Amino acid sequence: MKFVDEYRDADRTRGLIADIQRLATRRWTIMEVCGGQTHSLLRHGLDTALAQRVELIHGPGCPVCVTSAEAIDFALDMARRPDVAVLSFGDMLRVPGARGSLLQARAAGADVRLAYSPLDAVTVAQHTPEKQIVFFAVGFETTAPATALAVKRAAALRLKNFTLLAAHVRVLPAMELLCDAPDCRVQGFLAAGHVCAVLGYEDYAPFVERRRLPVVVAGFEPVDLLLALRECVRQLEAGEAAVTNCYCRGVRAAGNHQARAHIAAVYEPCDRDWRGIGVVPAGGFALRQEYAAFDARRRFARELPMLPASAECRAGEVLTGRLKPTDCAHFGKRCTPETPLGAPMVSAEGACAAYHRYAGNPVYVLRDPV
Amino acid sequence: MTASLEIACPTPLVGHESSVVLAHGEGGRLARRLIRDRILPRLANPYLLAQGDSAALPRAEGPLAFTTDGYVVTPLFFPGGDIGTLAVCGTLNDLAVAGAKPLWLSIALIIEEGLPLETLERVLERVAAASEAAGVPVVTGDTKVVPRGAADGLFITTAGVGELIEPIPPGPAALQPGDEILVSGPLGQHGVAVLTCRERLAFDPAPRSDVASLVNAVATLRAAGVPVRAFRDCTRGGLAAVLHEWADACGQTLAIEDELLPVTEVVRGVCELLGLDPVYIAGEGVMAVAVPAGCTATALAALREVPESVQAVRVGEVRQRSAAAVLVWRASGREVPLDEPLAEALPRIC
Repeated sequence: MKFVDEYRDADRTRGLIADIQRLATRRWTIMEVCGGQTHSLLRHGLDTALAQRVELIHGPGCPVCVTSAEAIDFALDMARRPDVAVLSFGDMLRVPGARGSLLQARAAGADVRLAYSPLDAVTVAQHTPEKQIVFFAVGFETTAPATALAVKRAAALRLKNFTLLAAHVRVLPAMELLCDAPDCRVQGFLAAGHVCAVLGYEDYAPFVERRRLPVVVAGFEPVDLLLALRECVRQLEAGEAAVTNCYCRGVRAAGNHQARAHIAAVYEPCDRDWRGIGVVPAGGFALRQEYAAFDARRRFARELPMLPASAECRAGEVLTGRLKPTDCAHFGKRCTPETPLGAPMVSAEGACAAYHRYAGNPVYVLRDPV
Repeated sequence: MTASLEIACPTPLVGHESSVVLAHGEGGRLARRLIRDRILPRLANPYLLAQGDSAALPRAEGPLAFTTDGYVVTPLFFPGGDIGTLAVCGTLNDLAVAGAKPLWLSIALIIEEGLPLETLERVLERVAAASEAAGVPVVTGDTKVVPRGAADGLFITTAGVGELIEPIPPGPAALQPGDEILVSGPLGQHGVAVLTCRERLAFDPAPRSDVASLVNAVATLRAAGVPVRAFRDCTRGGLAAVLHEWADACGQTLAIEDELLPVTEVVRGVCELLGLDPVYIAGEGVMAVAVPAGCTATALAALREVPESVQAVRVGEVRQRSAAAVLVWRASGREVPLDEPLAEALPRIC
């Protein structure tokens, strides 16, 4: 398959791993921001292949992991109302808030539906005038253009029964917060390729200038990730810090103009509570005043007591790269995908789930060590 | 309030109905007519036409295999198949992979009130066609109608009886290091076809289900004299679920290679787009086969003589148990554990 096979090629993968091992004179600590990249690295065994030269620490880029329990509980309360249907992306339905997950609510009779596209939710609203349709909008800047488009469509149709529970999060403010922490060990970043496909990578220039850390835009296949890691290691060895694009087939410097325009028209940055991390200044998107009529929080205004996160789950440390999932005392014991203590063990992009799936259970077997 | 005193007469329904009503399941005239006019003519055979409460069947020679399965697919018709074909082939396959020659089937229909009779008839046509093609009659059955909302259109349960044919495959517990693992065709086709059809995800060409009977494929392999250790159809949980079950049963490690797995371009495209892995997705006309070392060439040659398994390939082998129960060699050149499927795979977010 074009654009896939050549980026999973064993010879190229081996060559790139050898390049990185040759280039690196010491062990560098690099964070891949996106959970999709974490899963790909572990799925293909790249973390162990590079372990002597690169320590990969896993970033907060798992959208459902960082969606606050409060937002999930809000969605649950909505879904339990007989006049409301809550729609969201598949992964989001499994993650528990403080009072259970949307899938559990569905089993108990709530109207919870899986959506493949936010526009589908608008169509549902058109065809179900007797119900209030709430779309639970989660995700980074990758999904925000599509949810923005859904709001615009609903506005054009003058729908009275469509609202959005906006829980979008923004990558760059979270990277800033991570770097502000005094114990931050990150020496270079792999930027999330899909977010950059929307936003481009020009916004990283001031970040790189200020922080003196390389930021390399990376894709998701083994060759993509290794190309980016090689560039990151090269910069670190040379004492350079620049924004470099190693995902040219998907990302342009200025991003996707249309997608950016949709986001800018519908959303504005706001402070957002990230699960396990805390409030990230400007770390989320809220609906602009013009679209306030489509804000689920306004339509179903209510006060929710803030519930403390599970004291046992160390998701915050995992999401900020301070704790490796396998170093958590609960990993694979009390906390498994069947009985998760926190979101990173649930999501397809969660770091704990990645380790449980590909590495933690139990050790690697290498047939042909590179 | 006079209007409430008008009592509607139920009789006009008889003879004019275009969809199934509750009375069709209540044993009266409508029920008899449904069975007499719409079901029996399609599935006719002497055992069924006797219309007893049980089918009276002749004695079989060897020991018997007996299986049952429920079918609850939405939508009822999807590219490449339908619930009727599925309900027959699925049960035939469960018998075949146990080493049995299927002899008889039963069918129970649970119909949601309001299902168009025309739809029911189309499903029955498909049941009849699949049963006839396999030469395995439906010898007994049952029909129930439940109120609207209590079922999703139509649920079908079939059961099957087959005669175990010597040599009976010893099963997965007998797998030994050195054995080889084959699959009879491309993976994940049924799951992807139903998912994309149900969710109206437009792909061109539309993915088609592989629903088919594996009876001939199993028979050909056995006729070729291959001492098969185990057969298993790769339904829910896909090939990954089969491999984990087998690894548990034999206590060895099963190792496959990503690049050997047969996956059609269209299934691969859908999976890449939605973040799914074909190794976890159900087929309904594909099975895994474990054979002793040295039998692979004969086994593959035999399988490829049958249309249903013409794309059979070797995908891996059994090894001494190492740290992981199931391993996969990635195209990127690393061997990593393959996780057991947990629940229905959900598409990723971004």
